[in-house]
Order: sequence, then C-alpha cells, then structure tokens
Amino acid sequence: MITAVSAEALALDRAGRRLFEDLSFHLRPGEAIALTGPNGAGKTSLLRAIAGLLRPAAGQIRFASAQGPLEADEARASALHWLGSADGLKGSRTAAAELRFWSEWTGGPPVRLSGRGGPERSGREGAGLDPVLDAFGLSSQAHTEVRRLSTGQRRRLALARLLASFRPLWLLDEPLAPLDARWRTRVGEMMHAHLDEGGLIIAAVHDTLPIGARELRLESA
Amino acid sequence: MSARRPTPLLALFLRDMQLAWAGGGGPLLAGAFYLGVAALVPLSAGPSPERLAAMAPGLAWLVLAVASLLSLERLFEPDWEDGALDLLAQGRAPLAAVAAVKAAAHWCATGAPLALLAPAAAVALGAPVRIAGPMLAAALLGGLAFAYLGAIGAALSLGARRGGLLIAVLVLPLLVPPVIFGAAAVEAAALGGPWLPSLALLAAYALLAVAAAPFAAGAGLRNALG
Amino acid sequence: MLTVLANPARFMAVSRPLVPVLGAATALLLAVGTWLSFTAPPDYQQGNSVRMMFVHVPAAYMGLFAYACMGGASFAGLVWRHALADAAAKAAAPLGAGFTFLALVTGSLWGKPMWGAWWVWDARLTSVLVLFLLYLGYLALHAAVEDETRAARAAAVLALAGLINLPVVKFSVDWWNTLHQPASLLRADGPSVAPEILAPLLVMSLAYTCLFGVLWLVRTRAEVWRRRAHSVRRAPAMRATLTPEAA
Repeated sequence: MITAVSAEALALDRAGRRLFEDLSFHLRPGEAIALTGPNGAGKTSLLRAIAGLLRPAAGQIRFASAQGPLEADEARASALHWLGSADGLKGSRTAAAELRFWSEWTGGPPVRLSGRGGPERSGREGAGLDPVLDAFGLSSQAHTEVRRLSTGQRRRLALARLLASFRPLWLLDEPLAPLDARWRTRVGEMMHAHLDEGGLIIAAVHDTLPIGARELRLESA
Repeated sequence: MSARRPTPLLALFLRDMQLAWAGGGGPLLAGAFYLGVAALVPLSAGPSPERLAAMAPGLAWLVLAVASLLSLERLFEPDWEDGALDLLAQGRAPLAAVAAVKAAAHWCATGAPLALLAPAAAVALGAPVRIAGPMLAAALLGGLAFAYLGAIGAALSLGARRGGLLIAVLVLPLLVPPVIFGAAAVEAAALGGPWLPSLALLAAYALLAVAAAPFAAGAGLRNALG
Repeated sequence: MLTVLANPARFMAVSRPLVPVLGAATALLLAVGTWLSFTAPPDYQQGNSVRMMFVHVPAAYMGLFAYACMGGASFAGLVWRHALADAAAKAAAPLGAGFTFLALVTGSLWGKPMWGAWWVWDARLTSVLVLFLLYLGYLALHAAVEDETRAARAAAVLALAGLINLPVVKFSVDWWNTLHQPASLLRADGPSVAPEILAPLLVMSLAYTCLFGVLWLVRTRAEVWRRRAHSVRRAPAMRATLTPEAA
C-alpha cells in the first residue's frame, strides 16, 4: 500500500513550453494537497504526470510504502484512483454496470461503508456495490443508462468509483465542480474518512477543498 | 478472489462487446457497408456471369478487407475521447493487454459477422457454392489479422488529424500478406484446387499478428495519453 | 559509435567535416558510374535499355537500405528516448521515399521495352510499391500528429511494425507471383551477370549509398538545428508555492 508520494525537482512541458520546474512536494498518509491556480497553469498536467499519463521533462515522482520505495508503474497500477475531468462513463450502459466494470478493473473489493450514508455491509461480491451507489444517492438510478443521468448524478457516479475499490491515493481533477452544496459536504465527509484511513488525496480545485489540505499554488511567474 | 469474479480483462471484453452492439449497432453498419459495396461490383464491372464468376472470390475478399478497415476508426477513439483510456491505464493490465482484448472484442463483434456474410457475397457474385467453407475460414482468420494489424493503426492515429483516412493509409501496406494468402485460398477453392496450404499460411500470419501487434498498439496507446 | 550519437553537440562536431568528404565521394562515384553505365556494351537481349538497370536497381536497393536505417534509428529513439535518433529517423524517411519512387518510375520505364507495358505486376515491382506505401504511411503519420515528440514516437512504432512486416510482404508477394505467373519473365539480375555490367552496377550502388549518406547527414543536421531554434530556453510560465505543513 502506498503511504507516501513525492515529487522531486519536477518540470513539465506542454506544447513545447515549460510550464513549471523545480517543483517538489512530499505527501504522507492522511494528508491532502489542494492544487490551485488559474486556467492553464498546469494543474491537470501535474495530476497526469503523477498518474503516469504524462512524462515529466525533468525530475522524479516517487511512491513509497511502509516497507520502502515502490516501483512507480506497480504503484500506479495497484494503488491509484484517477478522476479526470472527462469521466470515461459510457452513455449506453447502466450506472451499475459501469460501476461494476471499473470496480473490477481497479481490483475491488469496495470500501466498507459504515455510517457514511449507507448501512454497513460486508464487502462480498454481488451485493458489494449497492452500498456505494446508495452512498452517492444513486440507488434508484442503478439501472438507468448513464446518458439519462443529470450532470450532478453523472459526477457522483464517477466519484463512486473511488469507493468501488479501495486504493489509497486519489488524484482528483475538479472533483466537486458540478455538485450542489449538500453533495459537496457529503463528498467532503468521504474524503475525510479516506484520509482517516491513511489515504492520500491530491486534488485540483478552483475553490477550497472541504477538508484540511495544504495548498500547492501555481501562478504566473 | 473467488472464481466467480471475472478477471479485469474478461470484464473489459464483455464491456466492449456490449458497447459494440449498443447505440447504433456498429457491426450492422459494417455489414451493410459490405453488402453495399458488393452490390456495386456487378454495377461497375457489368453483370456478365462469366466475368463476375472469375472475379467473385477475389472481390468478395477485397471488399471484406476494406469493410474491416473502415470499422477500425472507433476501436480506441471513444475511450480516448471520454477519458476511459486514462482510467484503463491505471489498471493492473498493461496497455498492450488492453489493446489485445479490445481488438479481440472488435473481431468477435464485427469481424465474425462480416465473415459470415463473405461466403454469401461471393456466391451471390457467381462463385461456386463449394467455396463457402474455405471462404468462411479465410474470412474468420483474415478478419483476425485485420483487427490486430488495424489496432496498430487505430492506436497510432489517435489524436491525429484526419483519423479515419490515416488509419487506412497506415494499415493497408501491412495487410498485403493476409490479403494474398486469403485470396489464394479462396481462389484455389473456387478452382477446386488445394486451398489448405494457403489457409495455413494465413493462419500463421494471423497468429503472428495476434502475438505481436498488441505491443505496437499498446505503445501507440501510451503515446496517445500524452 | 553510439557514444558519439548519444550527444547532439558531438554529433554536430563530428558530422560537419564528414559532409564535404562524403559529398566529394558521391560526386566522383556518380561521375565514374555514369561513364561506366554508358560505355557498358548493350545487352544481347535487352539492347540499350539495360542501362536503365544502373539507375533502377541501386534505387530499389537504397529504398530498402533507407528503410532499414529509419527502422534502426526508430528503435534507438524508442528504447533510449534520444532526440537525435528521432531526428535521424525523420530525416531518412523522405530520402527513402524518394529513392523508392525513383525505383518505381525507372522500373516502369524499363518495363515498357522489356515487357511491352508500363506496369507489370511483377513480384519485385509490387514489393517496391508496398515499400513506397509504407513510407507514405510514415510520412502521413508524422505530419498528422501535431506534438513533435508524440509524432516521433508514433512514427517510430509504425516504422518498426513495417520493418517486421517487410520480409513477410516480400515472401508473400514472391509466393503470389509464382501462383499467378509462370517464371518466364526476364530476370533483371539473373545468376550470370557479365562483369562489364556488374562493374557499373556496383559503382552506382556505392554512389547511391554515399548520396544517401550525405543527404541523411545534411538533413539530420538541419533537423537538429531546427529543434535547437525551437527550444530556445524560456523561463517557465508558472511558479509553484506550497503552503507549509497544515497545523
């Protein structure tokens, strides 16, 4: 399990232009970083670099477990949840089918939910994902095609993937953007619970995260 | 992990099969295209039965290659556009395996139905009925090679301008061996000659494509992510 | 060799004096080869049209040779992620396409007196045509992807896929040819080539190789210059600040 993520002297290029360089941070279990900055500052690029989707121009991103350093590809394949601005959900499939697929892809079993919107259930297969859907208020939409969901419901379904299988590091790009105040609070509580369990969160946001987080600000040099 | 839980790659295969048949029915479209082009053959070459019969096996085979090619554009593009590829890259399976499974699903959903149409089209154009068996076998194997070689082109042209035409230009030269082997098998069958040797060559080539192409396609997918 | 290639600055330093030397060798060999080509006795079967061979055969060989160079550079670029290898592969592609096109045109011109047709689906010509299509795909892919690094990597993967496929294409086309045509065609380079024909052929092949070498060097150097001009170091656009540890 990942217990630490760090960047060392990271530099990123985009479209032949240097975005930033010499960026370093170190994130420990239970900690969160809020990435802030104007549009085009490179928040998404930084998240993509941490996720291994973008190759840094210089510098290193390292992952470690309690036992020692982890191989980066291995850490990403087993311990990282990605939530991009594009949600990767297929309009022609039902909410439950999509959630089940991504749970299987990221290696389930779902996070056990207790006192977080749903009754506690065992993480056994089959019933495992119902509490997750329930926690995100999607129980009655489980068999609805994704294209019929509202923008907020669709975002909640994308967020539900974070709990559909347990992975310690969450990389979130504008996770709360289309949610109303009530759901922002609820998702904030889920982030809290994730940090309490030793998880790590790096999120790009325009407004503040509803959790205590250090701020990594990217601004015009 | 219990045996009932499908492995991630099987889950991906089933998801892609479902997506192929949902929303617009891509395989049906490819089949309609195949029949449409086959119908144009007598209209362009003249309806004379002797002339058509001589060309039928080769033409049915050529049109199959073109129809397979055209359906490849949407092999990776939807997942790349809507962010699903970013998520697929975070799984335990390498992108080469993702490419292999998606190409396999594409073959099952589109290549196999097209292969079923191939003998019918050849016979309708005037080929002897005895070629139906070899034609089906060649179309199934050839479709496998088309799907996996096509996956290379589809992955490499992600994010490029003029994607569809570009895939065809990238992939067509790679299709020369399967087209030759498949057409030889079909023509031998039409003439009542031995068609198994050509079919064996086609099978060998298809296996080579299935084994090697996913690595190139996986590298293409990784490259397309940024 | 690789250590020289691994460093663009050293490559530029080493390749600079090589250009005029290779250029002079090319000019000399081309002159000698052309003279030999026109003084060789006419073939007893083909007459004077045999001279087309001295342009055609080396061009076809260079088309393949350039593809091998491009494939090798692509492999190096993919494995060691070296910008110079990308530049070399990119520089080789239009040259190889040019030689291949020359082989196709001269093959067609040669075919007219030999076979009585501008184009014959002969195994050799067909293979060269497929090679030309591979080049076209490579060039099209390079042009269609906007980001330069991504274009280079995508094109490199394609070049390697083509390189692996090329022997199979050659085999399949030869095999197809034996199915459809009895082996009655004149073979351009049959087992017994007279020495007075072999000499200009060899000299011309060497001249083409030097020509490719010098053009490849010049184009790679130009590509390195172009990239240098584009990658003028600019200050990063953004400054990152991290708030101290949360209390």
